[in-house]
Amino acid sequence: MSEYQTHEHDVLVIGAGGAGLRAAIEASAAKVSVGLVCKSLLGKAHTVMAEGGIAAAMANVDDRDNWKVHFADTMRGGQYLNNWVMAELHAKEAPDRVKELEAWGALFDRTKDGRILQRNFGGHKYPRLAHVGDRTGLEMIRTLQDYGIHQGIEVYMEHTATTLLLDGGRVVGAFGYDRERGRFRVFKAKAIVLATGGIGRAFKITSNSWEYTGDGHALAYNAGADLMDMEFVQFHPTGMVWPPSVRGILVTEGVRGEGGRLLNNKGERFMFNDIPDLYKNQVAKDTEEGWRYVTGDKNANRPPELLTRDHVARCINREVKAGRGSPHGGVFLDIAWIKEKLPKAAEHIKKKLPSMYHQFKELANVDITQEAMEVGPTTHYVMGGVRVDGVTQMSTVPGLFAAGEVAAGLHGANRLGGNSLSDLVVFGKRAGEHAAAWAKSHGQGKVDAGQVESAAKWALAPFDRAGGENPYGVQHSLQDMMQDKVGIVRNDGDMAAAMDGLAVLRKRASAVGIDGNREYNPGWHTCLDLPNLLTVSEAVTRSALDRRESRGGHFREDFPDKSKEFSNHNTVVRKGPDGAMRLCRERIPEMRDDLKKVIEENK
Amino acid sequence: MAQATFRIWKGQGDSAGFKDFVTDATVGMVVLDAVHQIQAESDPTLACRWNCKAGKCGSCSAEINGNPRLMCMTRLDQLDLTVPVIIEPMKSFPHVRDLVTDVSWNFRVKKAIKPFKPRKPDAPDGTWRIQQQDVERVQEFRKCIECFLCQDVCHVLRDHHKHPEFAGPRHFVYTAALEMHPLDTENRLGQMKDAGGIGYCNITKCCTKVCPEHITITDNAIIPLKERVTDEYYDPITRFFKIFKTNQ
Ligand SMILES: Cc1cc2nc3c(=O)[nH]c(=O)nc-3n(C[C@H](O)[C@H](O)[C@H](O)COP(=O)(O)OP(=O)(O)OC[C@H]3O[C@@H](n4cnc5c(N)ncnc54)[C@H](O)[C@@H]3O)c2cc1C
Ligand code: SF4
Ligand code: SF4
Ligand code: FES
Repeated sequence: MSEYQTHEHDVLVIGAGGAGLRAAIEASAAKVSVGLVCKSLLGKAHTVMAEGGIAAAMANVDDRDNWKVHFADTMRGGQYLNNWVMAELHAKEAPDRVKELEAWGALFDRTKDGRILQRNFGGHKYPRLAHVGDRTGLEMIRTLQDYGIHQGIEVYMEHTATTLLLDGGRVVGAFGYDRERGRFRVFKAKAIVLATGGIGRAFKITSNSWEYTGDGHALAYNAGADLMDMEFVQFHPTGMVWPPSVRGILVTEGVRGEGGRLLNNKGERFMFNDIPDLYKNQVAKDTEEGWRYVTGDKNANRPPELLTRDHVARCINREVKAGRGSPHGGVFLDIAWIKEKLPKAAEHIKKKLPSMYHQFKELANVDITQEAMEVGPTTHYVMGGVRVDGVTQMSTVPGLFAAGEVAAGLHGANRLGGNSLSDLVVFGKRAGEHAAAWAKSHGQGKVDAGQVESAAKWALAPFDRAGGENPYGVQHSLQDMMQDKVGIVRNDGDMAAAMDGLAVLRKRASAVGIDGNREYNPGWHTCLDLPNLLTVSEAVTRSALDRRESRGGHFREDFPDKSKEFSNHNTVVRKGPDGAMRLCRERIPEMRDDLKKVIEENK
Repeated sequence: MAQATFRIWKGQGDSAGFKDFVTDATVGMVVLDAVHQIQAESDPTLACRWNCKAGKCGSCSAEINGNPRLMCMTRLDQLDLTVPVIIEPMKSFPHVRDLVTDVSWNFRVKKAIKPFKPRKPDAPDGTWRIQQQDVERVQEFRKCIECFLCQDVCHVLRDHHKHPEFAGPRHFVYTAALEMHPLDTENRLGQMKDAGGIGYCNITKCCTKVCPEHITITDNAIIPLKERVTDEYYDPITRFFKIFKTNQ
């Protein structure tokens, strides 16, 4: 083992997006030694792409807002499968986390009286998203990065963790490689925080980058941790659909927050035709009221375009299937129409949505101030993830914590826009704090040389199979299959076929090979990512098969309605003693009475 | 379907050189798509960085037909496909492999610049009051996606290799963002003059031309910084008043 470079820390954070950076900052503030590992360069994690904003009930724009309304909105959005402990902490702590970002240098857009401005977003009752135009994630990650580099954190950029090291059930370190030279590294740590983000690369059409191969989910699963709610994948209603090479790239919900309307090819504003019961008291009667809402009239209700993402995505899907779609298989998203309402509409759009303007102009030759965009659903976010304790963020494996998109609980069956960025800082902080506390009360465990050796041997195997199948071929087959069979509309037959397909793909993945050497070799990296993608794909499919109802991000055409039978448990998968995936249903603990009351009051 | 040739810098060290790859060019494709297609079809080892594929992360910087650009924002229909499209790594940084360079120097430079130091909060709840127009002045600089294309094109780094003595346009933008931040109380002008070597910049504006975020690096960040440095260190009248002020 001594042949591998070894680094020792009290707390090792895997992932340097918003959650990982915030966790590392907090752990470092607790005076423990912190290592931070990430696959890309610092500042390039997914968080950088977030556009619309960060949700926090600061009540700067509408003074009726408070944590209770935010809590109730989050629970309603998650269809009551959320971990309500997390939903409560999140709603209460998000405002302080946003203010803290400002104290570290973030510059949000302002209200007239100089406070942080907040915008409307789907499923949020009041304007609640602090934002910087449509590049909020960049502002957030840069703030955390520029603050974090001065906090004594050791950063390992372009390092990938492939295996967690265990000592009698407790996590004691991680094994991985540096991408640049391909050298193996051993990280010893008393506690580990996973902040690796999501799984979007399991699907073909996605807004997610190459990094989203579900590494953290798989690392935790292989270490014996529970994964929860994996059937709930969020398909964002508005991704780009044309030209083909940009298919899936996100079009922020901010477009609809600023008044954008969805139209089918008949010019019909079809979202008005289908309002779900849970929201029927909260939707505008007509387009006029919708416009009043987005322009700040407190007595107006939201336009139906601002209903939750799962619902909007399905409505779009239905329009397309019924032949009412746009030329390239989407629908139209029109913000240009606001020129009927605003004198300087084009300037306004460019100012409020500068990167959307840019993105469409440069990638699709569309001027969004003049023409409608073509949009359709894209895989965006996974609500499911590592099952954690709501207060400490510790998983079911001692010493292993998780925060951000890789963790489950806060969002239940469906995440509201803006609730992820706030999730990252609220629970990143908590995970860092509790990981540091754990590290202080536990010694450095023993790293087993045998585990390290087998991790190294496994990682090198693709070179022994040079001439084997190209790993990208297997990855593409998997993405096609998941998109097709376990995507936005699911049924028993398709998913059973997907389970068979996964078995075949597993065989193919174990035979992939790669030429060349270990230095910055993306083909090799892809070989090592494949098992993670397969693990999360199996978790999604198994969980989705078991939930014989439709709820939130999970829609089954064979069980199109919500069912009481499935209304009070979460789906959990874990690795059985024989190495096969086991599924169980875990009952949701009874909610505290005061919180029940909060929900009642906000119905 | 049309095909195009991509002449890509491949390999490491002395053995690196151009290699031609042919792949399909379809409607709307960008250079990064072509690189991905080549990875999937013919060379899975072809190394490049990327993340967002939408011009937001600043990972996929390269030189396309000699122009420093983001591969994900360069459409094939803007290029002449009757001749090979040349893709090379950035030149101002040590080469690692294929299209990947070692940009770690940039991260070290940033770390050496004094961090943000806010004034005391304006309100009892620990928050500040800032006007939108003051935010907007700085937001231009905060759009930077750290693609380092400006560093790549700047002759002080590219041709004169002044890396240890010259922070480069990206870090002038960073410093300007901090110096003009409505809440900041730190002074970094001495750093810019000495360690930052801002005097080496002779305002050629090449950095501004390549910035994919359209930040007016030279006019809005570098020139005002240079002026402040001059005021602080070279202008006798200001110096006189400063002494006068501190004596009071
Ligand atoms: C286009 C887009 C727009 C969005 N807009 C919004 C929005 O407006 N509001 C909102 O709230 N949410 C938004 N989201 C969602 C939100 O951005 C993400 O859910 C969130 O940023 C995830 O943050 P994270 O810290 O969990 O992970 P990330 O920021 O994705 O970071 C993951 C980190 O883990 C590292 N990593 C992964 N695997 C490994 C490994 N094996 N070894 C080492 N390191 C590893 C990665 O390198 C990276 O550093 C958006 C998402 C996208 C894609
Ligand atoms: S203007 Fe200055 S910093 Fe920019 S490229 Fe020219 S010399 Fe370099
Ligand atoms: S200033 Fe512009 S060119 Fe330079 S790193 Fe930032 S975004 Fe890139
Ligand atoms: S991939 Fe993010 S800028 Fe090109």
